[in-house]
Amino acid sequence: MNLSKILKNGFLVIVASLVLTACATQKKIGQTQGDVYTGTDSVEYLASGVKDRVFFATNETVLTTASRETLRKQAAWLRKNSKITIVLEGHADERGTREYNLAIGERRANSAKDYLMTYGISSDRISVLSYGKERPVDSGSSPLAWSKNRRSVSVKAN
Amino acid sequence: MLFRYLFILLILLPLKAFALIEVDITRGNLNPLPVAVSPLSIDEKSKSNFKKILKKEDLGSEISAIVENNLRQSGLFNPLNKNAFLQKPDIANLKPRFEDWNLIKAQALITGKVTFVDEKLRVEFRLWDVLAGKEMMALAFTTVPSNWRRVGHIITDKVYERLTGENGYFDTRIIYVSEEGSKTNRIKKLAIMDQDGFNNKYLTLGNELVLTPRFSPTNQMVTYLSYFRNLPRVYLLDIETGMQEVVGDFPGMTFAPRFSPDGKKIIMSFAKDGNSDIYTMDLENRIVERITNHPSIDTSPSYSPNGKYITFNSDRSGYQQIYVMNSSGKNVKRISFGNGIYGTPVWSPRGDLIAFTKLHKGKFYIGVMRTDGTGERLLTENYYQEAPSWSPNGRVLIFYRETKTNSKGEGFSAKLWSIDLTGYNEKMVNTETDASDPSWSSLLTN
Repeated sequence: MNLSKILKNGFLVIVASLVLTACATQKKIGQTQGDVYTGTDSVEYLASGVKDRVFFATNETVLTTASRETLRKQAAWLRKNSKITIVLEGHADERGTREYNLAIGERRANSAKDYLMTYGISSDRISVLSYGKERPVDSGSSPLAWSKNRRSVSVKAN
Repeated sequence: MLFRYLFILLILLPLKAFALIEVDITRGNLNPLPVAVSPLSIDEKSKSNFKKILKKEDLGSEISAIVENNLRQSGLFNPLNKNAFLQKPDIANLKPRFEDWNLIKAQALITGKVTFVDEKLRVEFRLWDVLAGKEMMALAFTTVPSNWRRVGHIITDKVYERLTGENGYFDTRIIYVSEEGSKTNRIKKLAIMDQDGFNNKYLTLGNELVLTPRFSPTNQMVTYLSYFRNLPRVYLLDIETGMQEVVGDFPGMTFAPRFSPDGKKIIMSFAKDGNSDIYTMDLENRIVERITNHPSIDTSPSYSPNGKYITFNSDRSGYQQIYVMNSSGKNVKRISFGNGIYGTPVWSPRGDLIAFTKLHKGKFYIGVMRTDGTGERLLTENYYQEAPSWSPNGRVLIFYRETKTNSKGEGFSAKLWSIDLTGYNEKMVNTETDASDPSWSSLLTN
């Protein structure tokens, strides 16, 4: 689209590969890997086997391997159900300033949107809504609670 | 507007430049100035008239109580116990017996008189230097009776200005977000109150999420973020008329709004395709201007009081840091280099400092630094706190603080707090409900 967009995408690819390298060395502890939530608490399903949400590391907006798998399933389901439109709701944890969190929520939802688009879902069918830290699913003040709250949720809009 | 009715009618005496008492405000005041606030005297007829209109038993005492509370809250003054006062209010206002006031260690004395004149409230008050045995200031003004609380605030402002040499901040209001309900589904409403917590009013019903209201520095307009119809957009609200409108026609989320110092523009972030940049919109001609163009998140913009510079928050270095640029968007310079991440920069109305929120090793701090980033001072540390807003004289910061919840997610609260620029006099600001995102108005009377 423009230079900044190209730069951004390039940047994302570099960061993605860095994160992947990092993940290989991070142990899975309980319900998180690195500090990305891997559990199923709060997760809902758009259809059988199609999880509605993906999770992010602290201050990160890059999709993990597991997130990309979830989104590929969402894309397949959306291709089969071509009338359905979705809202991607981006969220942050409570450990950041309100305004920056609104921006990071928007960026997380757009990471998911970009990925769905690369799997053939038209941008007309996807809208993005950031809630920042305003709508946590877990009201706790613990690293586990925060990891559940750093998320992008695909919600059926029609 | 409220202050249309308020006229300062006469200044009985010019200010004297050689007063002996002075309040040192350059450091945290560990020895607040002992001051006697005598109840304002009131004749029986005025008393019964005001009682009828305002349901207040003794308006003179009520107004002096406002002054006393303001002075105490500032941390710079120590209002003395009224039970120790020897002189009656009416006589003290004519000619104080300075020996009596000296005896109770008062260094300054405030006296006055309220009368009911032509359906209006007339107030006169005097500030006395007890040690020098001299009148320092005398003022009188007339207003509608319903403005009686503001009268107390205006008297405090005049006394504060006379004794500290700085502008006051008492005849002001705070707009904030009132919060209720569970942490996972908070109901948020815009609310406004006097600086001392009185006259609280709700401005929205709570049907949609509202965030970050900010006062115009020049009038009673407010800009804020509303999720009306699930479209997060910056709105403009006229507090006097209740009129609201969306600011600009953006195809995505706009947020983090503030006014320019002349009140003519709104500066805010606009998020598109995962990238937030800073924009302005001129409220007169509706022209939208893009100020930053960078693939990082640029948000929380705040103008310098002369309008020449903008401080903002960006993660272009990898993490949130504070930057300063020309108002055109040119000459971007990072100014925060300490450990941790920095957010919500707000330029002081005096122009010399930028207040900020800092996160370092799991703790949140409110701090200030010079506009070139030097001289960082952290004023307060807590589990979570952010969003400082300056009093109009640049002396006090108000912000909000949230508590940590227990393992069951219980125990959450959000409250407003204020702290002196020196780091002293940290106080919770009472609100009816939980509260966040405070913004301080300019002085209502100028």
